Amino acid sequence: MAEADGSSRAFLGLSDVSISEDIPVEGDISMPPTSSLQDDGFSTLDEPVKDTVLRDLKAVGNKFVHVLYPKKSKALLRDWDLWGPLLLCVTLALLLQGGSVDSKDDGGPQFAEVFVIIWFGSLIITLNSKLLGGTISFFQSLCVLGYCIMPLTVAMVVCRIVLLGGSGTVSFVVRLVVVCASFGWSTFASTAFLADSQPQNRKALVVYPVFLFYFVIGWMILTFAPAQ
Amino acid sequence: MNRGDNATMLPSPKKKCFLVSPLGVSQVSPMDNTDELKFQDFEEVSNLLSLDPNATTVAVSDSLASLSGEEDVKLDLNEDEEGLENSKLLGETPTGGFWTFDYYQSFFNVETVQVMDRLKGSVMPIPGRNFVKHYLRNKPDLYGPFWICVTLIFSVAISGNLSTFLSQFGDQTYHYRPQFHRVTIAAIVIFMYASLVPLCAWGFLTWRRGAEGQMGCYTFLETVCVYGYSLFIFIPTSLLWIIPLEWLRWLLILVSTVVSGSVLVFTFLPVVRDHTKLTAAITLLTILILHSLLAIGCKMYFFHTAGHMAAPLTTTLPMMTTQGTQAH
Repeated sequence: MAEADGSSRAFLGLSDVSISEDIPVEGDISMPPTSSLQDDGFSTLDEPVKDTVLRDLKAVGNKFVHVLYPKKSKALLRDWDLWGPLLLCVTLALLLQGGSVDSKDDGGPQFAEVFVIIWFGSLIITLNSKLLGGTISFFQSLCVLGYCIMPLTVAMVVCRIVLLGGSGTVSFVVRLVVVCASFGWSTFASTAFLADSQPQNRKALVVYPVFLFYFVIGWMILTFAPAQ
Repeated sequence: MNRGDNATMLPSPKKKCFLVSPLGVSQVSPMDNTDELKFQDFEEVSNLLSLDPNATTVAVSDSLASLSGEEDVKLDLNEDEEGLENSKLLGETPTGGFWTFDYYQSFFNVETVQVMDRLKGSVMPIPGRNFVKHYLRNKPDLYGPFWICVTLIFSVAISGNLSTFLSQFGDQTYHYRPQFHRVTIAAIVIFMYASLVPLCAWGFLTWRRGAEGQMGCYTFLETVCVYGYSLFIFIPTSLLWIIPLEWLRWLLILVSTVVSGSVLVFTFLPVVRDHTKLTAAITLLTILILHSLLAIGCKMYFFHTAGHMAAPLTTTLPMMTTQGTQAH
């Protein structure tokens, strides 16, 4: 009892503490009302999945258009992504399957070989351009090289359609023309983006590996022989 | 501290100060020459700097500025300093350790014109010219050897495929095959040649140099560079190998081996000259033999002629005839 009294007496002084009337206290502790637009800009967790997927697909499609009409725009470089290259690489590798599979040894490139050539080829070219002192960043360069495979993938689709009609000399000539055109297009498109990042006296050193890379991919497409 | 004590210390070399600016280089002398340790007042420097704030001051030690042999005691130190600076100027010491990106960037410090020059030098061996001293000039690069090897891999595989196709052109039963596995084999063979053989050559020559204490050998990078550039002539050779004439192919092997072999021989001749005649001859012969083995091996494997393709056909024919007789 005595202790309770003592403790209550100790706390007695505290209850008397109050802000005296002559010191005015001002302020507003209520949250300012945030607009709903500001909220959506930061968090995309609440949007439906369809919106997320469509937004990424639109970005990829936008870059495809940039490759088709290669102007020197910064959009491809600034918002790089690797979805497009992955899609193109898998499509190309799948289309290169189903070739002459009667002999494992002498057939065309396997799926893994195409994959490795495309990704390691892009990696080595990117490293080469960075070692030569390029100002483009690592993933931007991978992005550009991957997206510029698109004309060659289109050529592969055309070649397979042409091969459905037969594999004589005429179809070979048609395929040759299509592959050459798309190879030139790919090289031109990628150098339009990559060559700017190099000093003048090293441009050819950077362009040649790109040329070799698309030449090898074009060769793989041209020599695709369907199973008989 | 009186002047007597100074005799026990090694005085530092007299330093001259130069003011470097876009306007020119002017020499600035310190006001007080007698005691180097005192704070020196460079009035002229401050005047000149006020004229051109972007100029830099460079201190050049006296022995470099004027070759004076007065202070013999200090010359040893200065020679070491000079030696270090000279080696830095002549050699490409890469900055940073081997785990940094800058280390590898120093190996790619070439321009298009330089690469073209080196390629030209690799196909035109002139007896007096040493490839390393004349073209590389202590700036070896890895760009040339690497991309020459990659191009050679694909040119050999593609040309081999084309030559096989052309040799079977009239044959109705022949079904074209891309033979993509050849790329893998070519890659392994060529990259191993381009990296292991220079390693052996460099190791052997360095060991001999260490044993006899002769002049400096080439660095490992320079050896790799020479070997890489010497492979360049095989690229047009492999394209010409598509032509299905046997004698032409052997002639091409001879010509290309002689050309690239002589580039290698002229490069290694000065280094090997100090050895005994027998060792020198054996070293150079080994280099040439390995080089020609590569050429011949590529030709034999990748450029099958009709003779090789006929072998499996002859083995299948007896089987078919025996089956035919059994059916009867």
